[in-house]
Amino acid sequence: MSAVAAVREHRQFLGRTSFIEMGARERARAILDAGSFRELLGPFDRLKSPWLPLQGIVAQSDDGVVLARGTLDGRPALVAAIESIYQGGSMGEVSGAKIAGALELALRDCEQGKPVLPVLLLETGGVRLQEANLGLAVIAEIHAAIVALRRHVPVIGVISGMVGCFGGMSLAAALCSRLIVTRQARLGMNGPEVIEQEAGIAELDASDRALVWSLIGGEQRYAVGLVDELLEDDAVAIAASVRTAFAQGLPRQERSAQVDLYLERLAAIDPQRPLDGPGLRALWHGAARS
Amino acid sequence: MSTQTELSARGITWLRALTAQDGVLQGTPATVRVAEAALGDEPASFIAVVPDPHNRFPRARNGEVGLEEGWALARQVRKIIAAGKDGARRPIIALVDVSSQAYGRREELLGVHLACAAAADAYASARLAGHPVIALLVGKAMSGAFLAHGYQANRLLALDSPEVMVHAMGKQAAARVTRRSVADLEKLGERIAPMAYDIRAYAKLGLLHQLIEGVDADAPGTADVQRVREALLAAIADTRSGARDLSSRLASPEAHATRAASIEVRRRLAEQWDAA
Repeated sequence: MSAVAAVREHRQFLGRTSFIEMGARERARAILDAGSFRELLGPFDRLKSPWLPLQGIVAQSDDGVVLARGTLDGRPALVAAIESIYQGGSMGEVSGAKIAGALELALRDCEQGKPVLPVLLLETGGVRLQEANLGLAVIAEIHAAIVALRRHVPVIGVISGMVGCFGGMSLAAALCSRLIVTRQARLGMNGPEVIEQEAGIAELDASDRALVWSLIGGEQRYAVGLVDELLEDDAVAIAASVRTAFAQGLPRQERSAQVDLYLERLAAIDPQRPLDGPGLRALWHGAARS
Repeated sequence: MSTQTELSARGITWLRALTAQDGVLQGTPATVRVAEAALGDEPASFIAVVPDPHNRFPRARNGEVGLEEGWALARQVRKIIAAGKDGARRPIIALVDVSSQAYGRREELLGVHLACAAAADAYASARLAGHPVIALLVGKAMSGAFLAHGYQANRLLALDSPEVMVHAMGKQAAARVTRRSVADLEKLGERIAPMAYDIRAYAKLGLLHQLIEGVDADAPGTADVQRVREALLAAIADTRSGARDLSSRLASPEAHATRAASIEVRRRLAEQWDAA
């Protein structure tokens, strides 16, 4: 790199606004058109978890999900942003119902000929274990709403980090029409710690960060076609990419419906032989996406 | 580390009881069983995920939903949808006895989250296309495996048996993650319904359409099978007269009591949805 290019890159870096460092509310605001953000069921509505206080845990008055209506290039939109610093972004009854309920209303509007563009900012460990079965139930409702809504408008998911997207919500991410990630993002069903506990440290050493990211990190997921866009941690670039994703319209085939492709790919895998991130990139490079 | 436990036969037991078949399909992993049989006066498809100690993916030998299970379920359900395109939308019965999603490094690398999503997508798409999709819980309905196989059904039925349970995480793992003893976890479940594992506590959440009592879940006799058939038929009829979404899960008296917050969130959200 020439000195001039290096200076230019450094200036770009300094001029960037980090998306990862923002809270959920700021993230939602950063995605929507300037001045269009209107929060639904905000902190003053005081819809809290009824289950956490029973277990001696203080409940936050938005239950860790920010819902905002607004516009994207002037078109009506909905952003659901999960607050990763509250209970690890986990899905409880209320936080999950906020997302499911909002998607259900977006679906109703779409069915009435008034499209709403849905964006999910997914930073979550999955089910909130203190609300166990109600968390799992509402995640199924979120899946149902995404599948129904996807028939009308693309559903766009963003995983920016640092928590990543795990558990039942990793299925919600996989159901999105298009997924945007950063290098800091992780997307996986079972968190590394859970795999280590369930299958042993020989299966996965959860403290080996380089290994974890080589398996489920944003860059790896992009390289093998399990997500659609890989971006720097830049709020402006992420907001622009969300608009581009909607402009592309509905995918020819949703990733979660590419049954033949993935069964064919799995048939070619020998589970007796070792496989790592770079090895999979060689196999799945240039993944087909419409 | 999880220890080797006895493989559950509940899935195959109920597939045989309801269809008199084993449901093995050419070109499909032996863990995913599909059989067609008459239910009332129409054909229905029955789908089970069963253990296979010889599964080529070692992490999916004990009844887990793994990579091939998720995608194979998606293929089978989508075949049923395609076959129903020009005619009757036949019922799909998911027989649920799934111990968990497959935990493994290889599973994560190859996208087990997408495999499970593919199955959930297929079941939800079948429901939206007008197939009555009924989940019959005959054993464990755990976490991501249940999300993939069963939780997108129009109606959830369960046998009233101690081995039938629903939860977000296995007991031992949940105890470790929440830094509680298994005994403490069980005590908590007695006080806080969503924390419990057993199906009677789950029934209090209002998500179940019917808890089927008095049936021998391990060795069903003729009367037991008849009783379950009648419950399935009633659930199918109820589905066909209702909406294609999951709203019935919020309609029961139990849901109004236990999932009051879920209902309240939706009520107030609808009020605020459009700007004043």
